[in-house]
Amino acid sequence: MSDRIFGVFGVLLAIGFAIAASQIKESFLSDSVGPKAFPYIIAVVLGLSSAVIAFRPDPEPVWPPFGQLIEILAAVVVMVLYAQFLPEAGFVIATAFAAAYLSWRLGSTILGACMTGVGTSVGIYVVFHLVLGLSLARGPLGF
Amino acid sequence: MDTLSNLADGFVIALTWQNIGLALLGCFLGTVMGALPGLGPSNGVAILIPLAFTLGLGATPSLILLTSVYYGAMYGGRISSILLNIPGDEPAMMTCLDGYPMAKKGMAGEALSLSGISSFVGAFFATWGLILLAPQLVKIALLFGPAEYFALFALAFMTLGGVSSLNQAKSAFAAALGLGLAMIGVDSQTGVPRFTFGEVHLYDGLDFLVAIVGLFALSEVFIFLENRHGEASGKGKSIVIGRLTPPMSMLKACTPTMLRSSFVGFLAGVLPGAGASLGSFLAYSLEKRLVDKDGTFGKGDPRGVAAPEAGNNAAAGGALVPMLALGVPGSGTTAVLLAVLLSLNITPGPLLFSNNPDVVWGLIAALFIANFMLLALNIPMVGIFTRLLLVPPRVLMPIVAMVSFVGIYGISGSSFDLLVMIGFGILGWVLRKFDIPLVPIILGTLLGNAMENNLRRAITIDNGDWWTLIDSPLSIGLWIVAVIGFILPVIFARKVKSGMQRADAEGSTKD
Repeated sequence: MSDRIFGVFGVLLAIGFAIAASQIKESFLSDSVGPKAFPYIIAVVLGLSSAVIAFRPDPEPVWPPFGQLIEILAAVVVMVLYAQFLPEAGFVIATAFAAAYLSWRLGSTILGACMTGVGTSVGIYVVFHLVLGLSLARGPLGF
Repeated sequence: MDTLSNLADGFVIALTWQNIGLALLGCFLGTVMGALPGLGPSNGVAILIPLAFTLGLGATPSLILLTSVYYGAMYGGRISSILLNIPGDEPAMMTCLDGYPMAKKGMAGEALSLSGISSFVGAFFATWGLILLAPQLVKIALLFGPAEYFALFALAFMTLGGVSSLNQAKSAFAAALGLGLAMIGVDSQTGVPRFTFGEVHLYDGLDFLVAIVGLFALSEVFIFLENRHGEASGKGKSIVIGRLTPPMSMLKACTPTMLRSSFVGFLAGVLPGAGASLGSFLAYSLEKRLVDKDGTFGKGDPRGVAAPEAGNNAAAGGALVPMLALGVPGSGTTAVLLAVLLSLNITPGPLLFSNNPDVVWGLIAALFIANFMLLALNIPMVGIFTRLLLVPPRVLMPIVAMVSFVGIYGISGSSFDLLVMIGFGILGWVLRKFDIPLVPIILGTLLGNAMENNLRRAITIDNGDWWTLIDSPLSIGLWIVAVIGFILPVIFARKVKSGMQRADAEGSTKD
């Protein structure tokens, strides 16, 4: 069933891709093929393969239980927050929090997670910034 | 003797302190990444590319670092196969079959050192194969026009799916998805924006490094979160290594096996779409047919350890041939290496050998140096790596995630790219669930624009006649191989794959 839904979604994606391709404004200075032809070919391949997936589905994949889906979703939220706050909070602080969260969710104890977080963050800072000279996001405290 | 003098020049380039240091670092990191279950060669190289890039390394040093990681990962994968019966990366799967039984018999040390020597033999011959074969392939490739290149790209996509997925529809889907992603951005020939939906960030197109790191590294983190096996795989098992030198008689018995397996593995590597996993599989099956007269394979036969290791390392070298000579990678990790070249503004292919001989020969010389380093690292120091296996994923995976973020942020300094990377991480997780191979997606985003340009050039030269795509014998030949390569696996893949598949979450990030 999952594959059928996926296939239908793929067909819709292909149609959407073709529509978006038809919206491309052609420049008056175009070569004889133009910017639309190759996207159309891709849309056809995408659509056909999706249709095959929908009509001849594989065995059902193992979906995680609801709790684990929430787990992944929460990790995504944390990563998005990390991306947003990185320029404001600075590298060391933001990274320590994000790494500690991930470590906690992967089964560390709270204390272990904090140590992993701080260790990862400081370790990366020392190796990549102080030793290798990579520029990392600088926060209000200067690191 | 042109080749030898080129090689000598290569050694002059590779033998600087910086390059030797990078090769050593790459070998070490590669072995670690290969050894740790969950981080394969493609993941390892993917995480390190942005770093090599932001550190401002030149083309040759970056390539030396990253191909050392690549070779190193091929060596490292065997360690956890032998000691824990868990393949450190996919190509090392076949090594479990005889390596683990050997370790159970108390011969772990012998198995480790023997497999290290086999890896060395495989990689050594494959590097010679690369030197001899690549220039010949370049001569053929110089005859290629745009139409032939278009056919060659199509061939790469159609054969790549062959072993990376059971379901050809899914590999076709992956290829089309990758190509579609490559179309985002301003069209290089007419300057009109495509699929950008008015988002200025997208005008330059998606950065394929962002896509690669997201699809490979971040999706791995999600897989771990989902399964939450945060404990070290080797927990509670006491690892007895024993003596670290194989007896001469064992080496002697394995020598023909190593040589045959190197040859088979190299061929499997050169073929488009096959890669190291197939190399080790073919080498093991062939040896089993040829020399397993007493039925000892699978019960700890040293030859069963030598064969897949020589095979997978030879395939790793073989896969570099089409990548360097044609610009069309033969496996997942070489696709990632292609991304390195492209982001350094070097176009691989026949012109690489004439325009940037320093890059090619410096790289080849570095491969030889790296191979000797790896032999030295992997036999006496194997104890260090076995201890690293005890690092639990709950410590390791946060580090992987954070290093990925650092690398991508280092390139552009923009949060937008980080968000795109997270998006690709989720996409990679979902696609892995559906058993859709990720490598064609990467290849699509890498080669999409080149493929389109060749198509348009070919047709423009012929005044808009689409039949020009199949009007030379060379391109017809390529198309025939492509079609056969697409159809054959539908018939045979099931058989090969059932031998290789051992229910593994890494199935999508083949290499």
